[in-house]
Amino acid sequence: MHVPDGFLDARTLAATAGLAAVGLGLALREVRRNLPPRRVPLIGLAAAFVFAAQMLNFPVAAGTSGHLIGAALAAVLLGPAAAIVAMTAVLLLQALMFADGGITALGANVLNLAVIAPLVAHGVYRGVRSIAGEGQQATLLATGFAAWCSTMAAALSCAAQLAASGVVAWGTALAAMGSVHMLIGLGEAVITMLIVAVVMRARPELITPAVPTMPRTHRRAVAYGAALAISLMVLVAPFASSLPDGLEHVAERFGFASLAAASQPAPLPDYTLVPLAGASPWLATVLAGALGALVAFAVAWFVARVLAAPVHPTARR
Amino acid sequence: MLRDRLLSPYRHGSSAVHRLPAGAKLLAAVGCVFLIVLLPRSAWWTYAAIAVGLIAVSLAARADLRGMLIRLLLLEPFVLGIALLALLKPGGVPLFLSMLTKSTLCLATMILLTATTRFSDLLAVLWRIRVPALLVTTLALMHRYLFVLVEEMERMQRARRSRTFVAGRTSAWRNSAQVAGQLFVRTSERAERVYLAMCARGWKA
Repeated sequence: MHVPDGFLDARTLAATAGLAAVGLGLALREVRRNLPPRRVPLIGLAAAFVFAAQMLNFPVAAGTSGHLIGAALAAVLLGPAAAIVAMTAVLLLQALMFADGGITALGANVLNLAVIAPLVAHGVYRGVRSIAGEGQQATLLATGFAAWCSTMAAALSCAAQLAASGVVAWGTALAAMGSVHMLIGLGEAVITMLIVAVVMRARPELITPAVPTMPRTHRRAVAYGAALAISLMVLVAPFASSLPDGLEHVAERFGFASLAAASQPAPLPDYTLVPLAGASPWLATVLAGALGALVAFAVAWFVARVLAAPVHPTARR
Repeated sequence: MLRDRLLSPYRHGSSAVHRLPAGAKLLAAVGCVFLIVLLPRSAWWTYAAIAVGLIAVSLAARADLRGMLIRLLLLEPFVLGIALLALLKPGGVPLFLSMLTKSTLCLATMILLTATTRFSDLLAVLWRIRVPALLVTTLALMHRYLFVLVEEMERMQRARRSRTFVAGRTSAWRNSAQVAGQLFVRTSERAERVYLAMCARGWKA
């Protein structure tokens, strides 16, 4: 998901760099103020750990294999602020030492993978845990669902940046990145859960300390909050995806579009090739997203149940 | 070894390019990348000039051209993957070609920088231009322990492989996760020792 140089336009580069700088700055301040000095070296070593863990292969099918992204793992193991710093270090080192991920696109990559992904992971992790409660199974369920959500959030934000730069049409970008990362997110969820399960068994105190369990009334409030957030997402997501088309429409009416399209030999209308633009693209997008989230939650629940079994046959340590 | 070559892009040399201050090289490389990115999409002659310039500098540095090419080819699939999305757009072919050229040139620039400049020198530059200390400390520690952890991980995998005979897909996932989980436990223990060692040498957060 690392965006190389040469794909994003100047406006997107500037906007993402600004947002990434703000997110990183807040995280650095939070770490400086609230993290005990004893934990500071762990951020650097954990960044090296994420890099090393990304080198592990997880065979998928027909000779292909996937690997970890690690944002959710970092968020669960280090807490959100330290995770943002560690993931930023990973991306910086990859860009400066291995030319993996662009220099001009560094802001976009940091925003997607080091700010949005850990933050979403942490939010979902906290949210699910505060409802599902304590215990191994609840922790693992929260971890898995958080990993899936963070992967999706990073992918969609990446798609939005590519689309905003005019590289891809909005519908294509969101559909392509979204559908591929629904599957990648499942892999990420299972890998993250497996790793967290190992750490939890060996050194349970290393997992981010439990949130104090909420009284029942608060739990209900959180549940309502989550429902509200989801319904908002459902309502706003299609709006967000139709908004740029609206902008395009405005541009066309005022004649900017002819300027923008002058370099393209065959300016066909965008939406003829958008796969989701059927009878009701909104409904299709919303349904696909909700179904994906549901499947991810079910997978996370199932794996958590298996992993949290009291005595595990293959776990010797 | 391919792996060692991939993990340490820097090749020691004594050319003029190697001896330039790291700050100047970083500035030049980043400037070049920004130039390439901000050039108009059809500036083909400028692209060609930049490519010739990059090749000239690589030759002057007597850089490991084969290693650089391997690195470029390994990174190219990601570029192609995103560029292919542009083909889905009507009239996307010129866009596809120009983005592919831009990205490849930027990759070549950064690969040339990393082949002729030590990462620790780049870190010193980041420190001097006042990148937040916490971030530079994190980067320095990461760079210092990267190879230690990768080797530790490979030892664990080797130990596992020499003891496991059947490797289905499920057990492969479990084994990799076991290695990663254990690696994190060892990493956090190592971090405690590193902290004590840093304190003993007068480090303050």
